[in-house]
Amino acid sequence: MDPATFFAASRVVIVAGKGGVGKTTVTAALARAAARQGRRALIVEVEGKSGLANMFGADDLGYDEITLADADEAAGTADIRARTLTSDEAMLEYLESHGMSRVAKRLVSSGAIDTLATAAPGIKDILVLGKVKALERADEGTFIVLDAPAAGHAITFLRAARGLLDAVRVGPIHNQAVEVMELLTDAERCQVVLVTLPEETPVNELVETAFNLEDQVGVALGPVVVNGLYPARPGLDQDPATAAAQAGVTLREGEAEALAAAADFRRHRVQLQTEQVARLADQLPLPQLRLPFLFGAELGPAEVDLLAATLVDQLAALEGVA
Amino acid sequence: MSVRDLVGSAEVILCTGSGGVGKTTVAAVLAMEGARQGRKTAVVTIDPARRLADALGLDGLTNEPGRIEGDWTGELYALMLDTKGTFDDLVNKYAETPDQAERILENRFYKNISSALSATQEFMAMEKLYELHVEADFDLVVVDTPPTRNALDFLDAPGTLTRFLDHPLYKVIMAPTRGIMRAASIAAQAFLRTVSRVVGSEVIEDAIAFFQAFQGMEDGFRNRARHVDALLSDAVTHFVLVASPRRDTLEEAAYFAEALADADIAVSALIVNRMHPRFAPSLAEAARERADTLAGSAIGDHYANLADFQLIASREEDHLEALVGKVADAEIVRVPFLRTDVHDLAGLEALATYVVTG
Repeated sequence: MDPATFFAASRVVIVAGKGGVGKTTVTAALARAAARQGRRALIVEVEGKSGLANMFGADDLGYDEITLADADEAAGTADIRARTLTSDEAMLEYLESHGMSRVAKRLVSSGAIDTLATAAPGIKDILVLGKVKALERADEGTFIVLDAPAAGHAITFLRAARGLLDAVRVGPIHNQAVEVMELLTDAERCQVVLVTLPEETPVNELVETAFNLEDQVGVALGPVVVNGLYPARPGLDQDPATAAAQAGVTLREGEAEALAAAADFRRHRVQLQTEQVARLADQLPLPQLRLPFLFGAELGPAEVDLLAATLVDQLAALEGVA
Repeated sequence: MSVRDLVGSAEVILCTGSGGVGKTTVAAVLAMEGARQGRKTAVVTIDPARRLADALGLDGLTNEPGRIEGDWTGELYALMLDTKGTFDDLVNKYAETPDQAERILENRFYKNISSALSATQEFMAMEKLYELHVEADFDLVVVDTPPTRNALDFLDAPGTLTRFLDHPLYKVIMAPTRGIMRAASIAAQAFLRTVSRVVGSEVIEDAIAFFQAFQGMEDGFRNRARHVDALLSDAVTHFVLVASPRRDTLEEAAYFAEALADADIAVSALIVNRMHPRFAPSLAEAARERADTLAGSAIGDHYANLADFQLIASREEDHLEALVGKVADAEIVRVPFLRTDVHDLAGLEALATYVVTG
């Protein structure tokens, strides 16, 4: 498929997955990939984590948008912006923009906002998603990448709108829930990209989350991202002592054993990863985008760029489906 | 204190840490070691993804302790927290009449707070822990804490509901029946109207009905919360911080450690899970250099592979150093990333040798 098709297919992509699978990394890489395709990107962060800004060499994010990377017309790349979204700020902004600024102040100053959130759980989530919807409506030329809360929370987060439709049957919050449901269930506006590691438990959870999201939220699922695959090193199949002899290299004392142990470890892990990738394909009929494990473990702009390029290549290699 | 001694002497162990670091697995390993030392041990998991069930080879963990047979002199039980079920039990326990319990259990507001609210999950986890420790007479209870968005919500959880009962809105709602001055009541009515404009009046009506039904039970709940709170700060309770060696998760772990320190809670052990093995004492650079010289040959691939692992092992150790300083008194345990995954008792046993012997 043409990568541009993917970045034009929906205006909002929600990146979800269990903790530790590299959700934030994938969020950054998707935004970068969109920008490389000439699509302006906006990253929305909802958990107040600092990692994301660091990946672009910037400091912390705030409620006000900042630019993480400028557009480069010569290179055909668009800009990348980012911001956080907290429920308290989203609530205030929402009430103020709906002519209820006095209620808003009263709710916050009395602490009643927390009680309200208890009375109707999901109200905070709905305000955050409502704001995402407002951002989407305000600028249809922007590709919004939302770094969703970790897996279990992601389902609660995305299910909030449906839950609130039952709990709150009138009023502005109800209307907000209706509009958020419209966004979530419209594949041309929104899709979810699930991220996993090629390991047994994360794969199980991804499959479970995927079916839950489809059944309980009705949101469209995009390709899944399998993160952290050890790149192949074909030479490892050969015994290191033999390989050294063939190349006329003399190994130091103990070196053959160290090389053999490292090769054995990698071969085992690669085999497990291959099995899990196959199992995922078997259990979930969604296209897969595969990202390499980065042994350097420092994620900066160069690494994000590399992952973005890989994503674009992988999208290009996908067959058929848009 | 070594992890072995910790498991042998603690009565409650709380495993904390961010999501995806292997908290559940570590909790299971610690509980298994407790049973090995002859203790009657329970492990409580909160995670809805049933990771512990996978690890223990159990298909149906329930809200009541289920016994796991194995090669140990003590007893091992596992259970998966059912938040709503635990809350329902608590309501039944403190209701003055069956009718009062029923009115609460059927209230829509109650259904919301008992199933969908994350603070409730944390509160009930601590409640269950208390129940197992005090009422079910376990020697050791290991709890895998919920993956909270905010570091130590679960510590605060027992107080959440009682604070809720002390909230101005609750007083406002209850004011008319408590005979507070009429002026306050008028202000209350006005306030409720404004809130109704936002969420609709049904939510408010449900809430009022809930609080009215709840009347008379507050003291029981408050007392219980106080006892749970006291257990969490008792010397028999220990905290184990679990982390993985990635920079972002170690940063989160450092944040947890600071929050615990602020609350005057010592971390008894820091368990760093899945550290890449180091295959040779040499530095990554030397192997990388040889890999570059020999690029394209099989032995070049071998050197490149060794360099990959040497590099990540050093990076992980660097990231870890920053955290170690923050948990000065804790036993630091490095658990290697194994070449296979843990998903059965044998796998847990293999992991236990690293966690317990360090």
